[in-house]
Parts: sequence; C-alpha cells; structure tokens
Amino acid sequence: MSVNYGSKRVVVGAHYGLRDWLSQRVTAVLMALFTLALLAQVIFSKGPIGYDKWAGIFSAQWMKVLTFSVIVAIAWHAWVGLREVLMDYIKPVGLRLALQVFSIVWLVSCAGWGIQVLWRL
Amino acid sequence: MTELAKKRPEFRNINAFKDLTTYRMTPAAWVSILHRASGLIMFLRLPFIIWMFDTSVSSEISFAKFSAAFNIGIGFVPGWFIKLVALALIWAYLHHFTAGLRHLWMDVSHSAVNKQFGKSSALTVLVISIGLALVLGAKLFGLY
Repeated sequence: MSVNYGSKRVVVGAHYGLRDWLSQRVTAVLMALFTLALLAQVIFSKGPIGYDKWAGIFSAQWMKVLTFSVIVAIAWHAWVGLREVLMDYIKPVGLRLALQVFSIVWLVSCAGWGIQVLWRL
Repeated sequence: MTELAKKRPEFRNINAFKDLTTYRMTPAAWVSILHRASGLIMFLRLPFIIWMFDTSVSSEISFAKFSAAFNIGIGFVPGWFIKLVALALIWAYLHHFTAGLRHLWMDVSHSAVNKQFGKSSALTVLVISIGLALVLGAKLFGLY
C-alpha cells in the first residue's frame, strides 16, 4: 500500500468511497431499463422493421431524452469500470495515467458523436 | 489507513503461460473475468457501435448502406466479418447484462451472498448469455 496523502499521493490511485460504487449501479440500472424499453418497442411493432420504424423509435422526444441520458451513463459506467481494470493490471504510474487520459478522450468523443446522431434526428 | 503500519507481502512471480493455465477456475471466476473482458470489448468497439447507430437511423440511404455492410460487406471488409464482430458484441452485451444483474441481486439480497448461490447463479449467467448468443448468432448468419 503506497502513501496516499501529501506530496507522495498517487494521482492515478483508488478513490476509496461510495460514489464510484453507487454510480456504477445507478448507470447500470438506467441502461438495463433502456434496453427493456427499446426491446419492447422492437418486439411489439407490427410487421418487419425497416428504416421508418427503426428511426421512428428514436425520434420520439421521450426516447431522445432517455437515449441522451443513457449515452452519458455508458460513458460514466465505462470510465469507472475501465479505471478499475487499469488499476489492477497497469502498474507503472505514467503509463496508467496515459491510458486513463486516452480512455476519457475516447469516451467523451464517442458520446459526442452519439449525441450528434441523436439530436439531428 | 491501517495498511500503512505494516508492509504487506507482494507476490509477482505469476507466469502468464506456465501458471495461469494451471488455475482451476470456478464458474464465478469465469463470470468475473468474462465480465471484464466483455466490458473491454464493448469499450474498444464503441466507435463501431455508434457507426451502426449513425448509419441505421440517419437516412434511408444510410440505412441501405447499413444493411449492405452486413449482407455484402463494406470497403474491403466482407459481410461475414461485420456479422462476426456484431456477434462478439451481442455476446459481450448479454454476458455483461446478465452478470450485472447477478451483481445487483447480490447487492440487495443478503441471502444471495453464499457459496452455493455464487456457483449456481454464475452457471445460470453462463448458460443464459452463451445460449442466447448462439440463438441470436444463428439468426444473424441466417441459419433459420
């Protein structure tokens, strides 16, 4: 266990607390509910699903707002999970920081793209 | 921090090829490592997932491009490869989803936190996720 206070604190170290744990659960539940909401609309739509029906599902305002929240939830959830994995397997501090920064840029970029697609529907 | 008082021993002599292959992993251990692997797969394929979302909802023309990518292929990538990547994502999602529900169930139920349930629920997760992935994969590749 390294020293985790003062000048020797590890910036890429653990957060020790309820926040990450709880946000992981809350975002997971949100994504699970979204999955069910999307699945129900696909299953209960009549006839084969072409472009109109598929895009129609996402163009309803409530679905747009929900999908927006889910994109944010995915980025947050993936960040917490990936951070855990990096802390377990990547020991050199510099490399871990570099990978953590890459993960954040990757997730924020993907979230931005997803939201752009969603909001021009 | 009580850990600061005494330095804990660290064991760093595990060889990935000689030692890891001799581990006898329990079902719960498989579910745990696959939870990480499936999460990592989805993280790395995120641009592909959003590309699928983009092309499938943006317009009639892009929707046709989306379908063609799976049926014929796109660029130099053949259709069967796109389907294979999609199937890997389907499995990853199913595994992460069911293993996640197992986690949530253990969070809210004290009676679920024991050795027997740990084993039986892990087996259930593996059967459901792999089974559903096979069923959906067969559909994706047009076997029925």
